[in-house]
Amino acid sequence: RKIIFEKQWFYLDNAIGHTYGTTFEVTSGGNLQPKQEVEETTTETKEAGTDNRNIVDDGKSQKLTHDDIKALKDKGIKGQEIVQQLIENSTTFRDKTEFAQDKYIKKKKKKYEAIITIVKPSTRILSTMYYAREPGKINHLRYDTLAQMLTLGNIRAGNKMIVMETCAGLVLGAIMERMGGYGSIIQMYPGGGPVRAATSCFGFPKLFFDNLHEFPLSKLESLLSGTFSTETLPSDPEDNTLAEEESNGLTDEKQTSLQETEEESTPETAMEINQTEEQDTMDINAEDVEFKENKEKENKDNVREKQRKQWERRKKLMETAALLREKNADGLIVASKFHPTPLLLALLEFVAPSRPFVVYCQYKEVNQVCYFSCSSLRLFCCITYYLGFFKPLLECYTKLRERGGVINLKLSETWLRNYQVLPDRSHPKLTMSGGGGYLLSGITVVLDKGKSDSSNSEALKIEEPSSKRCKVQDFHC
Amino acid sequence: MSFVEYGDTIKDGDTAIVFLGHESMFPVKVQHGTVTQTKYGVIRHSADLIGKKYGSKVTCSKGGWVFILHPTPELWTMNLPHRTQILYSTDISIITMMLELKPGSIVCESGTGSGSLSHALIRTVAPTGHLYTVEFHQQRAEKAREEFREHGVEHLVTVTNQDVCKNGFGVSNIADAVFLDIPSPWEAIGHAKAALKAEGGRICSFSPCIEQVQRTCLAMEEYGFTEINTLEILLRVYNVRTISLQIPDLGKAAEDNSSTGFDSSNPSNQGSLCTNLQQGTVQFKSGVPLREMVGHTGYLTFATKS
Repeated sequence: RKIIFEKQWFYLDNAIGHTYGTTFEVTSGGNLQPKQEVEETTTETKEAGTDNRNIVDDGKSQKLTHDDIKALKDKGIKGQEIVQQLIENSTTFRDKTEFAQDKYIKKKKKKYEAIITIVKPSTRILSTMYYAREPGKINHLRYDTLAQMLTLGNIRAGNKMIVMETCAGLVLGAIMERMGGYGSIIQMYPGGGPVRAATSCFGFPKLFFDNLHEFPLSKLESLLSGTFSTETLPSDPEDNTLAEEESNGLTDEKQTSLQETEEESTPETAMEINQTEEQDTMDINAEDVEFKENKEKENKDNVREKQRKQWERRKKLMETAALLREKNADGLIVASKFHPTPLLLALLEFVAPSRPFVVYCQYKEVNQVCYFSCSSLRLFCCITYYLGFFKPLLECYTKLRERGGVINLKLSETWLRNYQVLPDRSHPKLTMSGGGGYLLSGITVVLDKGKSDSSNSEALKIEEPSSKRCKVQDFHC
Repeated sequence: MSFVEYGDTIKDGDTAIVFLGHESMFPVKVQHGTVTQTKYGVIRHSADLIGKKYGSKVTCSKGGWVFILHPTPELWTMNLPHRTQILYSTDISIITMMLELKPGSIVCESGTGSGSLSHALIRTVAPTGHLYTVEFHQQRAEKAREEFREHGVEHLVTVTNQDVCKNGFGVSNIADAVFLDIPSPWEAIGHAKAALKAEGGRICSFSPCIEQVQRTCLAMEEYGFTEINTLEILLRVYNVRTISLQIPDLGKAAEDNSSTGFDSSNPSNQGSLCTNLQQGTVQFKSGVPLREMVGHTGYLTFATKS
């Protein structure tokens, strides 16, 4: 199977049998050659200038022309040698400072030496990759924010977790990795079925999926009010397979779009982030085959098969509903494109007391600016209103306070700074702020049933020192 | 109770967290016949705690109440007795993810210090993984062992009392990840490499100063580590406040009666926003940064052995 990555195309056959972390060189035929530790053949001429006072940008420092370089490439000459040629034909190279020479070589290497490393999928790799390549698909959840969620949520083996995410299954995958197949996960999903495109990239063993359940979000209200029944399934088997098809389609779509972005992105950013998704491609490939087989089978099979599927689906749904009804989940993770408040207020019902919950939202607030004009004034006077009820996590915070049953509420954000560390050249690389999203976290406690109707006083009591509490209560009653 | 498993009810011998409100909390060791003093009065363990559900509200002698919480590594980090400077959950979370830790991972750590990171590592690698932690200070090593025993995680951790820079981690070729929080991590890189599995693994070093990072990176390169990457993570916490801002009097209110008119005609005013042009204030909710925040804990340098 042909794979396109960073303007290169190649076959993966040669990569099989090598350990993860092996570096390969792409040859002209699209084959991969394992690349060993190469003795750095940097220019022996240790000549270097001290500053750039005499270097003039005349556009003529490179003596090789465009066509010369193309000719070299067409001849299939090794990238390393092309770089060497470029250096030799650069008139200014010797005058550059040692650091600038270094930088020049690095840049050229990136361009001409096609090197890829095949690594094992993990939350670290996948979340970094998704944030760099498909931030829109994961609601701009930055990898350090995801790391916070896993820690604040006390995700570990043996937990019974409730997850509501629309991050292509990345958050689900991260949680599954941390739980290592122990315990259970209930994924709440909107629409026809859960999206698990990113989850499939992890290459989890089948065992991990045994205790992964899903429950449609649209049935939540009926489950809470006790009118839930499987008779009114959101979709019958046809829809079911449709949903499967859809999610599989998404996987493919994701893959192709990945390839597209790979093609588009520049080599500079490439080598940093690349670290390859070949593994996933292989997985998906296998999935494809499976999927085709499924389809053929379906064509052959008849109504009975469908009925069996429907029955199985109902059984699974009943099991999941029963799990939820126990209302003893060990935590709740929400990271979706939806407004978090209603999700949180409903889903917290299923969480046991003294358990953490974490809500991710891309926005701390959405400030709506309204302009009003006052006609009676000669000038148009603009008044700016910041409307408080448009702020998802801020509103969530307030509503939770009113509801009670939660403590230690915290609204937070992390900043991440990468550094370049080189002798005499250490400095911060880039600041990433804002784009990583916000978290609202807290711990559930036993909800005081008797007093929850006077919601306002409840809210106050939580944070008020108890000596004042009686007074506050009296005041409200 | 255990730090690696949730329990429903509070039992004799448990470590529980007493939550007083407003981030004020402390750990207690639950014991029959013991009492704990809080500013809201006395908590009698036998009557008030044992047998109760975690997360319950416990009424103290003076009529005030507190919540009793199940311990987690994060709550422990906020409440543990400091023997050294500790790592907080923000750094811990990125360390755990970047080291690719999960159930079954074998981790080496040095130094153990106050055991803040140790508890988080144990939580993540349980039930099949193991933590080998090295602390050269004998008293601290002893104390850590005692805590691990009390917290029901001693089967998941081995504490060794030796100098990691001289004697290494006491294990070789078994670790998936190594974490270093010592003054001269570059002296331990060789030992770290030896501790990691032959097929490779991840390493992280935590240092407050850039000079330390510099030397560590050079050592890592020398020992053939790849993917060397240094980063820093900062936590910003916001207080949710209701803010009211006064609208300046531009002298228009007196002559313009329509000001109240457009107020009610605007549909978006039906929400929680309180606009009162008569009073001249606008109220809104805002996430206000804390007046002071942690500006720097340390640089985290990650690398891969492959």
